[in-house]
Amino acid sequence: MAKSLRQLSPDKFDYWQAQHLLNRAGFGGTPSQVRALANMGLEKAVDYIVDYDQIDDEPVDAETFDSDIMRPRTLDENKEIRAARQSGDEATVQRYRLERMKRQGADRRQIAEIRRWWFRKMIETPRPLQEKMTLFWHGHFATGYRNIEDSYHMFIQNQLFRHNAVGNFRRLTHAIIRDPAMIRYLDNNQNRRAKPNENLARELMELFTLGEGNDYTENDIKEGARALTGYTYNDDRFIGLQSRRYKQMHDDGRKVILRQIGNFNGDDFVEIILSRKVCSEFITWKLYRYFVNDMPGEPNPQGQDFVVDLAKLFRKSKYELKPFLKTLFKSEHFYEPDNVCSQIKNPVQLLVQAVRSLQTPTRSLQALLSAADLMGQNIMFPPSVKGWEGGRAWINTATIFVRQNVLVYLLTGQRPDVYPWQVDGTKYDPSHLLDHFEAPLRDINVKEAIKYLVWFNLGRKPHEKRIASLVDYANKRGGILTPEILVEILALITAMPEYQLC
Amino acid sequence: MPDNHDSAYTRRLFLKQGMTLASMVSTAPLFIQRSALGLMHPAGSMLSSQPGIPDDRILVVVQLGGGNDGLNTVVPYGNNLYYNARPGIAIPAPGRSNGPQQGALKLDDSQGIGLHPNMAGFKELYDDGVASIVQGVGYPNPNRSHFTSMDIWHTAEHSAKGYGWIGKYFDNTCNGTPIPEGSIAIGRTSPLAMQGGIQKPVTFESEELFRWLGEDVQSDLDKPYTEINRSGVLEDVNPDSQMGFLMRTALDAQVSSERIRKAVARTPLVNYPGNNLAKQLRIVGAMIRDGMNTRVYYVTLGGFDTHAGQAQRHARLMLQFGQSVNAFYKDLKKQGNNSRVLTMAFSEFGRRVKQNASGGTDHGTAAPMYFIGDMVRPGLLGNHPSLSDLDSGDLKWNVDFREIYTAVLEDWLKAPAAKVLGKKYRKAKIIKV
Repeated sequence: MAKSLRQLSPDKFDYWQAQHLLNRAGFGGTPSQVRALANMGLEKAVDYIVDYDQIDDEPVDAETFDSDIMRPRTLDENKEIRAARQSGDEATVQRYRLERMKRQGADRRQIAEIRRWWFRKMIETPRPLQEKMTLFWHGHFATGYRNIEDSYHMFIQNQLFRHNAVGNFRRLTHAIIRDPAMIRYLDNNQNRRAKPNENLARELMELFTLGEGNDYTENDIKEGARALTGYTYNDDRFIGLQSRRYKQMHDDGRKVILRQIGNFNGDDFVEIILSRKVCSEFITWKLYRYFVNDMPGEPNPQGQDFVVDLAKLFRKSKYELKPFLKTLFKSEHFYEPDNVCSQIKNPVQLLVQAVRSLQTPTRSLQALLSAADLMGQNIMFPPSVKGWEGGRAWINTATIFVRQNVLVYLLTGQRPDVYPWQVDGTKYDPSHLLDHFEAPLRDINVKEAIKYLVWFNLGRKPHEKRIASLVDYANKRGGILTPEILVEILALITAMPEYQLC
Repeated sequence: MPDNHDSAYTRRLFLKQGMTLASMVSTAPLFIQRSALGLMHPAGSMLSSQPGIPDDRILVVVQLGGGNDGLNTVVPYGNNLYYNARPGIAIPAPGRSNGPQQGALKLDDSQGIGLHPNMAGFKELYDDGVASIVQGVGYPNPNRSHFTSMDIWHTAEHSAKGYGWIGKYFDNTCNGTPIPEGSIAIGRTSPLAMQGGIQKPVTFESEELFRWLGEDVQSDLDKPYTEINRSGVLEDVNPDSQMGFLMRTALDAQVSSERIRKAVARTPLVNYPGNNLAKQLRIVGAMIRDGMNTRVYYVTLGGFDTHAGQAQRHARLMLQFGQSVNAFYKDLKKQGNNSRVLTMAFSEFGRRVKQNASGGTDHGTAAPMYFIGDMVRPGLLGNHPSLSDLDSGDLKWNVDFREIYTAVLEDWLKAPAAKVLGKKYRKAKIIKV
C-alpha cells in the first residue's frame, strides 16, 4: 500500500479516535456507543461501520409512499381532454385543471412526508454510514423537487442512493442516467435524435464525474448528448434499451467522445468517462472533502498525496467503495490532528449528530427540517444541480444564530415566538452523559463534569478560559448539578463556535 | 442632511480607519475587542452616504408571491374586452362602482388605464413622479408553475437552474471575496435570487431572531454566553483554520446582532402600517438609516394566488402593498436616502385574462412591474398588453424581464449586466441616466 495511505497504528485508536470515526463516518454517538466502538479496535470498528449490511435494519417498502399521485394521464383521459379543448368544453378543461392542482397539492404534502421520513431515518438508523453516503450522493447527483414536482420520483432516487450507498460508483452512474428524477431534472426526456438536449451530458462530465473543464471539450458534450438520446422514462420506470420509444428517439450514429470512436449509447458514454484517471481523482477529492477535510483551496502536500494514492486504489478496485472507505477510515492521515474536529458540520450533520450523541428528544421533525433550511440545507431542494458547496459557505452571521438556537430548541423544547417550530414540553435529562462518573448527579464534581461535557461535545481539550465561565455559572446556580443546570450548561457549550466543527 | 449621522459608524469607515470586521482578516485578536466595542461608540458625525456614488446605491426587491393579477392592479378600464372577460371581478372605471367594488384610480385617461382603488399609496408616489409601472413584462415560453416560473425570475434563466441573478451580480463584482451582509433577505428562507457561488445572503425573519435565544430560557445565561464568545477566543488557534473562521464569524454575529437590533429598535421617522410587508420594509428602512453596507435587500409578500374569491383577497393585498411602499419611501425621504434606494416589485406571473368559475383567476403570463425611487423614469412605461391578441387565453409580453434586470444592473448598480446574466439583453429605459 502507498505510504500516504498507511494505517493508523492500532494502539493509537482509543476513545477520541473512535469518536472522530463515528462523527465522520456517521452522525456521532453517545459516550457509551463511542466506548463500545473504541473497544472493538481500529480494524473491527471500521469494518463494523462499513460492512453495515451485517447489521439488521428494517427494509424499506416500495409502497411506503403513494406512487400514483403524479401518474401520467391515461390514454382515455388524454382523449377526453383533447376533445374538450377542441369543442371548447370549458367545464371539462377546468375540471382537469382543478384535479391536477389537487394532485399537485397532495404531492407537496407527500414530499414533506418523505423529507421527514428520511430525516427520521438518519436519526434512528443502525447503519449511519448508509445514510451519510445517501446524503453525499444526494448532494453529488443533486436533483431538486421544485423542478420535477414528483415526490415519488424523489423517493425512488433516494432509495437508489441508499442501495448503492457504499456499493460501486460505476454501477451508480449507470443507474443515474436511468433515474426518472434525474432525467426529468436535467431534461433528458427531451433529448432525442432530431433535437438533442445537452443538459445531462454536460453535467454528467462537469459535475458528476470529471470536474469542470477537466479533460473534455464542448464537442465531447455534444457527442455525449447524442449518445444519451432516448434515455427517458415512462411513469416511474426507465423505458429500456429494447423499447420502441427508445429506438425512435435514440441516435445510433457514429460518435467521437474523448477521442474514442463508435456507435455509442449512454452506457458506453459512461464507460468512456469512467476510464479516465481524472474521474477517479475528482470523486476521491469530493469524498475527501466530505469525510476528511473541508478547508478551502488545495489540501496540503500530505493530503494531495493521499488523494492521488486513494484515487489509484479506487481505479484498481473498479470503483468499489467499500475498500476505498475502509482504507480511508483506517488511515493514519484521517486521524491527523489537522483533520480532527476541523470540519464544519453541514446543517443535517449538526442536527442529527446533536440528537444522536446527546439523546435529546427529536422535538418536531418539521421544525428540524425548516431549521436546516434556514441554515442553508433544504434536503430534496438543493439550490442547484451543483448541490451544496459545503465548508465555509454554511456559515454567516445569521446562520450561526440559527445553529445555536436550534440547539436550544432541541435541549429545551422551547422556541421564540417568531419561529414556526412546534413547542415541545418533553423534558430532556442529560444525566446519562455522565454515567461513567458512577455517582449520583449531586455528588459529581462540577468542574470535572463540565470539563468532560465540553470535551465530549467539542471533541477536544478545552482552553482553560473557556471552561471557567461555565464553572462560574454552575456555581452561581447553586454549585450542585441538576438536570436543569446540565441543560443550561449544554446550551452554552453548543453555542460555542467550536461546536460547529466535528 | 441625512438624519442618520449619529449612528453612522459604517463598515466603510472601519476600512478607512484600518479596522474591519473580524471575518475579513486572518489575524484577528487585535480587532476583536475594537470591532465589538467600536460599534457601541459611533465615531462622531462621519456620514455613510454620499449620494450618487454607486457604492452607496441600494436595491430593494419586493416579491409578490403567488402570481399577482396584473389586470386588476393596472386596470385597462378603457377596454371593453376587459369587462367581457371578467364580468364578476373587473374593477370599474374611475368614478364608477359595482356594488361594494369601487372604481379604479386614474393613471392615464387617454389610454384608459387606471390603478386598483386600494393602491392609493402607490398612486401618490406615482403622482409625485417617483414611481413607475412597466407594463407587459414576461419572457418567452412562459411557464405556469409557481415554482418554476419563480425560479426563472430568480435565476434569469429559462432552465430555472443555476445561481440567482443577484448572487451572480455580487459574484461578478466582489473580487472573489463575499461582502459580509452585502445582501440581506427578510424572511424564513433565502431566496434563490440571492444565492451566488461566492456571495450568500444573510437571512432573518425578524431582528429578534438575529440573536442567541438561550437567555430566554434562563436569563443568567446572558453573561457566560457573552464570555464564551469573547474570552480565550482565537488564543492558540490558527487564524486560517476553520476554527479561526468560525470564531471570527461568531464574533461578527454578535456585533451585527447588536447593531441591527439597535437600529431596528429606534422609532422610525414615519409611521408604518402593521401588515407583514410593512414590518419587513420597516426593518430594511432602519438598516438603511443605520448606514449598513448592504447593497441589496429582499422582502416578500405572499398570497397572490387568487384562484377563488379573488375580489376581497386581492383588495387586501393591494392595500398592503400600496400603503407599505408609501411609508417606506416617506421613511427614506425623511432619512435623506430617497435618491439612494431603488425599490422594484415583481411577481412570478400574471393571471389569465378570463376569470374562472370560482370568482378567481388562474395562472397566467405577462404582468406589470413596479419601481419606486427618485432615479426611476416615472409614469406608465411600455404598452399595455393587447386584450385581443392573446396566446391561448394569456397576455403576450412586451418586455423581457431580463431587459429590466439589465437596466437595474447597468444603470443603477453599475455592474456588467451581460456578464452577470450570461447573455446580452436589450436594456429597458427605466432609470434616469
